[in-house]
Amino acid sequence: MKPPSFAYASPSTLAEAVNLLASGNGNAKVISGGQSLMPMLAFRLAAPDLLVDLKHLKDLGTITIGDDGVRLGAKVRWCDIENDRRLVRSHPLLAEAIKHVAHYQVRNRGTIGGSLAHADPSAEMPGVALTCDGEMTIVGSGGTRVEKASSFFTGPLQTSLEPDEIVTELHLPAWPATRRWAFREFARRKGDFAMAGVLLFYDLDHRNCAVDAHIGAIGIADCPIRLSAAEAALNGNAVTEDCIAAVAAAAKESIDPPSDIHAPGAYRRALLGTLLARGLQHSIS
Amino acid sequence: MQVAFELNGDPVNADVEPRTTLADCIRDRLGRTGTHVGCEHGVCGACTVLVNGEAVRSCLMLAVQAQDEKVVTIEGLSGDQLSPLQAAFRKHHALQCGFCTPGFITTAHALLTNEPDADQERIREVLSGNLCRCTGYIPIVEAILDARSHYARDGEK
Ligand SMILES: Cc1cc2nc3c(=O)[nH]c(=O)nc-3n(C[C@H](O)[C@H](O)[C@H](O)COP(=O)(O)OP(=O)(O)OC[C@H]3O[C@@H](n4cnc5c(N)ncnc54)[C@H](O)[C@@H]3O)c2cc1C
Repeated sequence: MKPPSFAYASPSTLAEAVNLLASGNGNAKVISGGQSLMPMLAFRLAAPDLLVDLKHLKDLGTITIGDDGVRLGAKVRWCDIENDRRLVRSHPLLAEAIKHVAHYQVRNRGTIGGSLAHADPSAEMPGVALTCDGEMTIVGSGGTRVEKASSFFTGPLQTSLEPDEIVTELHLPAWPATRRWAFREFARRKGDFAMAGVLLFYDLDHRNCAVDAHIGAIGIADCPIRLSAAEAALNGNAVTEDCIAAVAAAAKESIDPPSDIHAPGAYRRALLGTLLARGLQHSIS
Repeated sequence: MQVAFELNGDPVNADVEPRTTLADCIRDRLGRTGTHVGCEHGVCGACTVLVNGEAVRSCLMLAVQAQDEKVVTIEGLSGDQLSPLQAAFRKHHALQCGFCTPGFITTAHALLTNEPDADQERIREVLSGNLCRCTGYIPIVEAILDARSHYARDGEK
């Protein structure tokens, strides 16, 4: 279908963009890569009066890697992450997860800021942000604020963003080189949204036991979630076959995935347990 | 709204509504109907064009977003003689109805221009963004593998 009518602006500064959004009385929307918004417009699931294109905003497209971790500008595209070989070492979980986002042509335009703001429950980037204790920098009429991913995602396609706010950056804390990690998702076709996915990492203490376990899941709830029961089952334990089984069981017990056209809830629950067990096995190999 | 960009090497402009997609602008306003519109929501890949050398879905881009960019469509990738990809598609019978073919050729051209060594696995991964209902994909993959040597040699189509 054809999108509904709207006005279009492509401001050259962030301040101008925020002003345009604020002037829209809640009916103005940012367009970045357009790879989620354009389908929403085509389906008439969104009908804004004004689109504010981030196209001309400078400085939002950089990937910075430093002692404090990785900083991704909101306009960093999937292909930029894929092409930045530094990330394979500086943030392997990010690099691996992003391989699973969409297809070649979509990856040339889709951005991390758009994905975070769109907040699809199955999307990989929100899962990375949540699992890795990410923080978003957000600019609006009220100034600049920094928000943790744990409070940013509030529901399906819902975030704490105000209508006049723009995500400018995602910060992911530094990644120790010895960290154990895994990413696993299942989609029927390559590049499709996952029916379920798991992101995990932990460090090993001097006794070779897991500490600081972070286990996140996508596609099984209204928004990406941390599996705290599974994390508790992993923390302090050696990652043996028994431990892996216990962690997967704890995860399955703690979730209540929805049924939809793609899969019944019981299937998603089983899938998540399997993906988590496989991910943990991979993390020790 | 007025939009001006470069289409297949020529400067073009059009008066479009902001909601006009790049695909519709190219077809309906600029008369280049080689770009096919299939699903209109970013799933089928038939409308793939090159924007500044990168393969993108022209149904997921507004025409006004193409302002000052360089756009190349399937028309820009064909001349009097068959291009290496076109010849390989013919040789391998990589099309039947042909509806999806412009999207496959533009996508493959972008891929081989940037990655002339793309192996079968990479080609299959990239083609996951294009749907074909006739061929079963195998001849398409074979055609692209076959066309690779031309890209490796001169880096152009
Ligand atoms: C066929 C297909 C398959 C896909 N598969 C996947 C997949 O497997 N996994 C996945 O994660 N995604 C997938 N996507 C979506 C894709 O990754 C999008 O690129 C991404 O979700 C949105 O990024 P964007 O830059 O295109 O945002 P846009 O479409 O421009 O915007 C999306 C939303 O975010 C808002 N927004 C954008 N940027 C900002 C910002 N900086 N600050 C505040 N608000 C902002 C917009 O107002 C809009 O509401 C798929 C898309 C398609 C078409």
